[in-house]
Amino acid sequence: MPVQFIYDDQTLTALLSGEIDHHSAAFLRQILDESIAKFRPSKLILDFDAVSFMDSSAVGLVMGRYRCVDAYGGAIEVLNLTPKTLRMMRLSGLQSLAVLRGKVSGGKNE
Amino acid sequence: MKHNSVNQIKLELESRSVNESFARAVVAAFAAQLDPTVEELSDIKTAVSEAVTNCIVHAYPNNCGRVWITVIIHDSGLVRIRVRDKGCGIPDITKAREPLFTTAGEERSGLGFAVMESFMDRVHVRSAVGVGTTVTLEKTIRGRSGGLNDAG
Ligand SMILES: Nc1ncnc2c1ncn2[C@@H]1O[C@H](COP(=O)(O)OP(=O)(O)OP(=O)(O)O)[C@@H](O)[C@H]1O
Ligand SMILES: [Mg+2]
Repeated sequence: MPVQFIYDDQTLTALLSGEIDHHSAAFLRQILDESIAKFRPSKLILDFDAVSFMDSSAVGLVMGRYRCVDAYGGAIEVLNLTPKTLRMMRLSGLQSLAVLRGKVSGGKNE
Repeated sequence: MKHNSVNQIKLELESRSVNESFARAVVAAFAAQLDPTVEELSDIKTAVSEAVTNCIVHAYPNNCGRVWITVIIHDSGLVRIRVRDKGCGIPDITKAREPLFTTAGEERSGLGFAVMESFMDRVHVRSAVGVGTTVTLEKTIRGRSGGLNDAG
């Protein structure tokens, strides 16, 4: 499974893994939206720690989930981005809509 | 600086989204001959993924077309990647390259060209409506050893 969910105290955490491109984003979008509809979390955390590759399709995926969650007053956080993926997310202006956090350095990736 | 081409590949694929990961992996594997850093390889993979995805999503929105990729490596460390389609074409290239501009609605961020520009040294786009689009990506690999391994 490219995503695992943890739901606790109004917070839905999605642990994403593998490569996120336009092809894989279609499936991720579907399962994320199913989970969001089911739990209606007040906070959605998208954890990119185990994501080995992403392109701008992942930015679109995050933007789209932001719109879903924001529609009912929920918030979104994106965790464990590499310096590059953080830069990509910032190009879209997402930092003003969601909390974006980089990987703590000393970790396995750069 | 003179760039002597030392090796080249050509690849033709159908515009199916499942081929996106294949295309970027092939280009990265070939560019590995220049002994790039992990970082440089990941930049190339990302840029190729953007260009190929654009062919699949935009050039051939309702049908399956063909995508041609040419990769040339030079002894100077320069990699030149050309991604070509015979799809719908881009009416206004300057506008299309603006960050956040997209014609594809909700799930696209309009960042593809911005990402290609930020991860490569040079991005060139040629396009004609109804004829197709060619995106040329260039990057000079400084590499782990600072030059070409022994491709020859
Ligand atoms: N090969 C192509 N053929 C036709 N139109 C294209 C092509 N590549 C890009 N475009 C046009 O240029 C626009 C901008 O492309 P860009 O890659 O920057 O953003 P996007 O694909 O819309 O979104 P994202 O890449 O963030 O998912 C596209 O929306 C599309 O209208
Ligand atoms: Mg794009």
